[in-house]
Amino acid sequence: MKEYFNNIWLGLFTVFVGMKVTFKHLFTRSVTIQYPDVKLQLPERERNRLYVNMDDCIGCDQCARACPVNCISIETVKSLPTEDLGKTSNGKKKALWVTKFNIDFAKCCYCQLCVYPCPTECIYMTDVFEFSEFEREKLDYSFTTLTPEEIEEKKSNFAAAEAEKAAQKLAAAAAAAKKAEEQKAADNKTSGDKPEDKKE
Amino acid sequence: MIYDFLLKLTGSEIAAGFIQSLLPLFVFILPFALFAVLLERKVSAHMQDRLGPMRTGYHGILQTVADIIKLVQKEDIVPTNSDKPLFNIAPVLVFTGSYAAFAAIPFSSAFIGSNIDLGLFFIVAVSGLVVAGILMAGWASNNKYTLLGAMRSAAQVISYEIPTMLVILTIVMMTGTLNLTTLSELQTGYFWNWMILGGPVAGLVKLAFIPSMFIGFVIIYISTLAEVNRTPFDIPEAESELVSGYHTEYSGMKFAMFFLAEYANMFAVSAIVAAVFFGGYQSPIGYLGNTLDILWLIPIEQFFWFTFKGVFFVFVQMWLRWTLPRLRVDQLMALCWKYLIPIAFVNLLIVGLITVL
Repeated sequence: MKEYFNNIWLGLFTVFVGMKVTFKHLFTRSVTIQYPDVKLQLPERERNRLYVNMDDCIGCDQCARACPVNCISIETVKSLPTEDLGKTSNGKKKALWVTKFNIDFAKCCYCQLCVYPCPTECIYMTDVFEFSEFEREKLDYSFTTLTPEEIEEKKSNFAAAEAEKAAQKLAAAAAAAKKAEEQKAADNKTSGDKPEDKKE
Repeated sequence: MIYDFLLKLTGSEIAAGFIQSLLPLFVFILPFALFAVLLERKVSAHMQDRLGPMRTGYHGILQTVADIIKLVQKEDIVPTNSDKPLFNIAPVLVFTGSYAAFAAIPFSSAFIGSNIDLGLFFIVAVSGLVVAGILMAGWASNNKYTLLGAMRSAAQVISYEIPTMLVILTIVMMTGTLNLTTLSELQTGYFWNWMILGGPVAGLVKLAFIPSMFIGFVIIYISTLAEVNRTPFDIPEAESELVSGYHTEYSGMKFAMFFLAEYANMFAVSAIVAAVFFGGYQSPIGYLGNTLDILWLIPIEQFFWFTFKGVFFVFVQMWLRWTLPRLRVDQLMALCWKYLIPIAFVNLLIVGLITVL
């Protein structure tokens, strides 16, 4: 009988204790962060989407080689000796046209391994983490600052320069061969009986 | 009063009665359901230190409107192997049960749907229709969870009707009336005339009544909470064990009807508690209309007080929901049969003795 009344008392009393607790919480400040409107401060060393500052990139391909998942693809074209590409912010001279600098964030594993080897510190992690897409192709970000026409131009420039060089080489070689031929002919005329000396 | 006014306005008894019977639905139940769903979500959120709906309108005030629009647009799915006629009737029956209870609830001295002498009895009796509807829904869905929920609901509601009735009987013994308007008129004046504080009698008898009245109030509040299947007595729709109980298979507007019925029921039982113990539509502190001598203001004030009391008890129901964990089936039955019913009986005897003496 004592237990019975004790149960009633305990039941009612504990309900009121619980109600007091919940009532207090009715007026405590909520901990909700209204996400798209209010964002939490991200930690200092967070690793999110990469960014490449193309003004500083020298196209050395170090980051692409460091990448464990091969998500960075870089193509470069040598600049002409007459062209001045400027300097990077830490004073390095640029020598290559970076015609393609693509990072596929669908593949990227956010390991930050590409950031360390960069000699000009132009590839780094940003605090952007909201970049979902409906199509996977859209996650393949292109960072190059050159327009397709410019890329074509640089490529053709380089090809022309190469061709010129090759032509020069060929001409030089032809001239040399011609010279050698003439020399040979002259030699043959003067000393036809001493071919061993020529070999030496 | 409203009926006479409508009769004069339309000149037809049928039209007047029809409009009067629709008034609580459109003026009260639907806006109340809209408000109560939002209140529920906000109260539950803030009790858990969250914010609740924030993005539809200012602080999410249009959330329930958006919900309703969504529910109206939804496809009405009827399971292939269900008992289709019963499946379709069940939500209507449940809603009818809870809507019919509003017929006898006195919103103010000027408006009561039907001023019948058996008001309290009518409300308790017609609420039984809800059980039939729930059992029908659970059984017709042909799903083990719904059937389990429906069986639990039937067991629970039927056993908890006993303490409710016993407490109401206590009040009837004191006042000698089942008419809710008369009951409210008895408790007129100031708050010390309320039943919870011993009723309109004066002297030592009033003091003797107070403990019994408090016990009666606690019992009727607990048992009505169980009757409307609210936490901690929500085992019929226990979402962590039975998906959502008897309305698992319902979608769209039929689900909305269950929802509406649940909230209408919540208010109906709160209204009974308010009408029986807390003076019904009577103001606790006198009327502004009386002091200013504007007589038409009084019914409006009464409506305000009645709604305020009802909504307050609905709020307490929500408050309890986020305080207490759900009871097991055996605990539920033990609470009813071992605690509430014996205490209600003893209470009935004590009040009877005091009344006789």
